[in-house]
Amino acid sequence: MAIEKENFSRRDFIKNSSMFAGGVVFASLINPYKFVFATKQPKGKGKWYGIGIDIEKCIGCGSCARACKIENNVPDDPFFFRNWVEQYTITNDERILVSSPNGGIDGFKQPVPEEDIYKTFFVPKMCNHCAKSPCTQVCPVGASFESPEGLALVDQSYCIGCGYCVQACPYGCRYIDPVKGVVDKCTLCYHRLEKGLDPACMMACPTGARIYGDLNDKNSAVSLFLKEHNCAVLKPQLNTESKLFYNDLSQEVH
Amino acid sequence: MPLQVKRLLLVFAIFIGIMLVLKYVLTPDSWREYGPYRGNAIGEIASQQAKYVQKESCADCHDSIAEIKSRGEHINLQCEICHGPGYQHVDDENFKMEITKNSTLCLQCHTMNAASPKNIIKQIDATEHNEGEECITCHNPHQPWL
Repeated sequence: MAIEKENFSRRDFIKNSSMFAGGVVFASLINPYKFVFATKQPKGKGKWYGIGIDIEKCIGCGSCARACKIENNVPDDPFFFRNWVEQYTITNDERILVSSPNGGIDGFKQPVPEEDIYKTFFVPKMCNHCAKSPCTQVCPVGASFESPEGLALVDQSYCIGCGYCVQACPYGCRYIDPVKGVVDKCTLCYHRLEKGLDPACMMACPTGARIYGDLNDKNSAVSLFLKEHNCAVLKPQLNTESKLFYNDLSQEVH
Repeated sequence: MPLQVKRLLLVFAIFIGIMLVLKYVLTPDSWREYGPYRGNAIGEIASQQAKYVQKESCADCHDSIAEIKSRGEHINLQCEICHGPGYQHVDDENFKMEITKNSTLCLQCHTMNAASPKNIIKQIDATEHNEGEECITCHNPHQPWL
């Protein structure tokens, strides 16, 4: 339908323009009270935890996954993990094989004979503690949250066990605890950090492949790790602002 | 104002009043302390017991073994990687810490696998290297090349 030009008077134009301008002003006024909440990185003061994993150093012993299960009372079944190790094998005919038997706790077997292997390596996986975490945004009751220190945590006394966050996490780092019926995930061993101890997985790593620290402190272990290595995050296209940085990450890893 | 609108407004006012009262009663104490969640939850997570005590605590009593280990290849390893968590043993020294003595524990790290970087870890093929023997008959785990 053609627009009838004579119906657009100056009065209408000014009215519509001022309504639009008023809307913009109103939106900017309510901006501090917006409904979507994300923790901002505290600049200058306060901690902001980040994690580094050096794939070059990972030997696939599974000590991290084992220590995590013991420290955090994670059920023994081979599908409940807060962290786990995957073995990637790329064959000469360009097949990508990923295996993680019991999360790597019982060790790995190489399924491909050595002469057929193009490349093979281990990738430890754990919660990425994203700055824009998809999991905390979907929680309907406010039980999943990002702490001021940048850790994605779960308030288990408030969680209703609906499992939205389990589906929302693009890295598969959450599970429903079969006993408590609430969601459980990596806390970067927050209870240990507060007592001055290292997280269980970081402590258990025999080769120092796992590093954590304060990203605000430019002399912390993780800041120096980022400075000295070319690091990448998993699924950067999702814009989760993941704070788990991998050195030597192959593009086949997802 | 028509009567039916007045009645509807009254119903609305009662509904909003009930919601406000419910919100006041049901909102936990520390809600919105840092954000839209219970601020006390952070303290509750932090109060969980730590099970791994780390090697400095072990060396307080077992200083001779810590000294032997500090001269060996396993210097950077935490005692509890092999021995398991020590929180019960720290509380009560009669609590025995069980440890696997056969080769499965050693092979957890030292088994031959193409994915393990050769320059980081010494690897052996358990089917060729003294099959069925316990590693600790020749190697002292605290100082493997003694």
